[in-house]
Amino acid sequence: MKFIIERFDPDKDAKPYFKEYDIQLEPTDKMLLDALIRIKSVDDSLALRRSCREGVCGSDAMNINGKNGLACVTKIADLPDVVKLRPLPGLPIIRDLIVDMTQFFKQYHSITPFVINNDPPPEKERLQSPVDRAELDGLYECILCACCSTSCPSFWWNPDKFVGPAGLLAAYRFIADTRDQATNERLDNLEDPYRLFRCHTIMNCVDVCPKGLNPSLAIGKIKEMMVKRGV
Amino acid sequence: MVNPVKKADRTPVGAHYGWQDWLAQRVTAAIMVLFSVVFIGFFAVHGSVTYAQWKMLFGSNLFRILTLLFLLSVYYHAWIGIRDVLMDYVKPTGIRLALQVGVLLFLVACTIWSFSILWGTY
Amino acid sequence: MALNVRKFDAVVVGAGGSGLRAALQLSTAGLKTAVLTKVFPTRSHTVAAQGGVGASLGNMGEDSWHWHMYDTVKGSDWLGDQDAIEFMCRTAPEAVIELEHYGMPFDRNDNGTIYQRPFGGHSMNFGEKPVQRSCCAADRTGHAMLHTLYQRNVFANTQFFVEWMALDLIRDAEGAVVGVTALEMETGETMIFHAKATLFATGGAGRIFASSTNALINTGDGAGMAARAGIPLEDMEFWQFHPTGVAGAGVLITEGVRGEGGILLNKDGERFMERYAPTMKDLASRDVVSRAMATEIKDGRGAGPNNDYILLKLDHLGPDVINKRLPGIRESAIKFANVDPVKEPIPVVPTCHYQMGGIPTNYKGEVIVPKGGNPNSVVPGFYAAGECGCASIHGANRLGTNSLTDLLVMGKSAGDSTIAYVKAHGTHRDLPKDAGDYTLSRLNRLETQKSGESVFEVGNAMRQAMQAHCGVFRFPDMLEKGVAKIKEVAERCKHTEIKDKSKVFNTARIEALEQDNLMEVALATMISAEARKESRGAHDRADFKDREGYPNGRDDKEWLRHTLWYKEGNRLDYKPVNLKPLTVETIPPKARVY
Ligand SMILES: Cc1cc2nc3c(=O)[nH]c(=O)nc-3n(C[C@H](O)[C@H](O)[C@H](O)COP(=O)(O)OP(=O)(O)OC[C@H]3O[C@@H](n4cnc5c(N)ncnc54)[C@H](O)[C@@H]3O)c2cc1C
Ligand code: SF4
Ligand code: SF4
Ligand code: FES
Repeated sequence: MKFIIERFDPDKDAKPYFKEYDIQLEPTDKMLLDALIRIKSVDDSLALRRSCREGVCGSDAMNINGKNGLACVTKIADLPDVVKLRPLPGLPIIRDLIVDMTQFFKQYHSITPFVINNDPPPEKERLQSPVDRAELDGLYECILCACCSTSCPSFWWNPDKFVGPAGLLAAYRFIADTRDQATNERLDNLEDPYRLFRCHTIMNCVDVCPKGLNPSLAIGKIKEMMVKRGV
Repeated sequence: MVNPVKKADRTPVGAHYGWQDWLAQRVTAAIMVLFSVVFIGFFAVHGSVTYAQWKMLFGSNLFRILTLLFLLSVYYHAWIGIRDVLMDYVKPTGIRLALQVGVLLFLVACTIWSFSILWGTY
Repeated sequence: MALNVRKFDAVVVGAGGSGLRAALQLSTAGLKTAVLTKVFPTRSHTVAAQGGVGASLGNMGEDSWHWHMYDTVKGSDWLGDQDAIEFMCRTAPEAVIELEHYGMPFDRNDNGTIYQRPFGGHSMNFGEKPVQRSCCAADRTGHAMLHTLYQRNVFANTQFFVEWMALDLIRDAEGAVVGVTALEMETGETMIFHAKATLFATGGAGRIFASSTNALINTGDGAGMAARAGIPLEDMEFWQFHPTGVAGAGVLITEGVRGEGGILLNKDGERFMERYAPTMKDLASRDVVSRAMATEIKDGRGAGPNNDYILLKLDHLGPDVINKRLPGIRESAIKFANVDPVKEPIPVVPTCHYQMGGIPTNYKGEVIVPKGGNPNSVVPGFYAAGECGCASIHGANRLGTNSLTDLLVMGKSAGDSTIAYVKAHGTHRDLPKDAGDYTLSRLNRLETQKSGESVFEVGNAMRQAMQAHCGVFRFPDMLEKGVAKIKEVAERCKHTEIKDKSKVFNTARIEALEQDNLMEVALATMISAEARKESRGAHDRADFKDREGYPNGRDDKEWLRHTLWYKEGNRLDYKPVNLKPLTVETIPPKARVY
């Protein structure tokens, strides 16, 4: 199988270039990550992040034939004969397929990603009905892989100011939690033409999320809440 | 990822506006669609329109107001849209401000012109 | 050449569940703390845990920590230290409630309390019948827990050093631990973290086996660093093989599937667990189920074209239960086994899953070694928690859900001990003059190695040796050969060569350093296993079978003791099991039946 991989090592390369690998895969190589590990056994200089190899840790997000996804849950059988791999678009490249995620996490941190509740904690758990708990489904499962934010044109143009789909999904996760008491502050924090309203519902984020989440829907709900609060 | 020892980056955020614009964008869009439907409907009903009918239509104050509403919606919608584009692509604050002021003046001029067209004498 | 030094009150190595829980204590107490982690915290392996965290909340019916304790002691095949087990089971409810207050999105009952599901080996009233004790968030409990703990650390302003790999432990002349050397992956710089106290929470080393449910970063770095610094590793022969890893892929299917009602079938469609464990059936302890499955396969009753796997059937639960309680499992089965469990059974095999042994500690998280006649003398300034530590709560076999409980309880406990130590010792102990030299010599060796083998080849040799010689069933001759073989691989490991010499994010170098750690763990495992002449828990030897006075081949007269393996000369030592709990009566050894 043929792989064309964007390579860049600031230690020796002036700029990124593409390198071709023609590689004999073993029958046990089922996922794209297996193939990359196979390539790495031949050329140990190929750098990528990976850990869980089952799509739960969010390490190995990359651009696969033009679309962002996780290598470890991308089946080789579903790929064409030539596979072109690039690092996630829009973030600075550290090396090969590894990008600098500082900006991405900074946005995540900017939404106060923790439950805020100033009541003294009770002896037992805070009660929550199954219906209220169900509000968190489709939100808390995010693995912070950044596939969504790095496929969002609004994030490419304003990574420093637009929170991006992943961060906004997380923001809504806390707004939706009945145990959280800071809804107003959270809405204040997002009421900004950049932070929230840079989203123009282009829906790229929904298209690429490997966990099947829908940041766009969550963003819509935040906007709705803001309007409800304002009128 | 590295530790925050790199260049300090402090981007103030929280302009506390945005939802009104977002809502306005939707409302103005709705008005534009509605007016278009009415206008196209008028033509559909009357087939080919004579100058007399045309004049009668714009003679009514109601229709003048509707038209003005439509045009104002177009301008406001355009303003938000262009501002967003400028925000995305023009990063230096000075140039952006200048461009925004330019666009704004142009749209205000359009508004005044619209008044003069609709209520002017022929 | 001297390395740059940074000073902290405490250094935590690892930001999985246990590291984050410990860090939270330290940050909240206002200690100047550095948390080092190889990967961004939420990418740690805790994220993969599925089934739940065990605590006797009693939300689904009567339950008590004493029953939980009994189950854990019995699950450990009496190798667990009963003081530590009592401590964990008693503190568990409080730890889980605390996590809920931090915002953990647990599943809920109609009355708003945390939902709990049944799990293997957890019973009511000292073994009577299954109990619902596993608090869960669908089948993503670890993910929910890790993210919640990370979020709480953001709240507490914990200082993380992300993508920094600790390389070696630094001890002074008196044996006290004074910090670690670490490599910043992005730049390739090495530095010394000088600390009053050092806490290891580096997770397990499941990657020593070819077939494993573990993440690729689970390379036993903590155990490796400790071993190289002269600290023994405890009970390394005990590795849990999880009954249900997806055949061929190794990806885990949680025991929660059986907790929700899934059953195991052989090729004849027989629910064979009824024969092996009449009371608990498919929910017997993991070692028991794995052995039963391996026996079925060995006797030709495995399913599939090669009769080499078992079927996990859950379609009878209906799509609603599966989608609500086990959505992640469905996703994994479709992706990795090509079957939709709503319609078809999942092919599964026992797969290496959890390291019961580790760096010896007490229930306070203090690392303890034999010294001057005291088998449990505390190493000043050194703490360990989570899968890399051995308190020993899990003994010879861990119960499902008890690891996440361990992370919370021991993480907090080790954190508190660290705080107490730092507060009691105002100043840093001096760094030895040669503090960074050992690390530098290792890095230098890698840099200059010529005509060595690749890390990939050596790693494969190790994984295959472990799989073939030290698996679910162990045979005396195979173990003996295994020891020779693994020693040979360890020799080869001293000459691994990397082609990539770049400074920037050199993953080849990182993998070579990880391989060194895996190697220590593999050696410890094989040598300890060969030496333990009995069957106990997950350690099942063909030459020690069930007979009069030796239930399931267990020999309490000779072997009711912990193994300690020292790297130096591959020496073995032993220390007694603590059968005395803190407040209740000893649970005396008896035959284990489920
Ligand atoms: C698939 C799967 C499912 C499981 N399900 C359950 C379950 O349902 N219930 C249960 O109780 N248990 C379960 N377990 C077991 C449990 O998840 C683990 O035992 C537990 O998560 C280990 O946590 P930890 O904090 O010790 O380490 P980890 O979460 O593995 O974290 C280790 C940390 O150490 C860091 N680290 C390692 N080496 C270095 C180094 N050299 N330098 C710097 N940092 C380093 C890593 O970056 C990471 O942050 C499961 C395990 C697996 C494999
Ligand atoms: S819907 Fe919004 S957040 Fe998602 S890709 Fe489009 S602009 Fe970005
Ligand atoms: S929303 Fe989806 S794509 Fe975006 S970071 Fe989370 S898991 Fe990844
Ligand atoms: S390796 Fe964890 S998501 Fe792919």
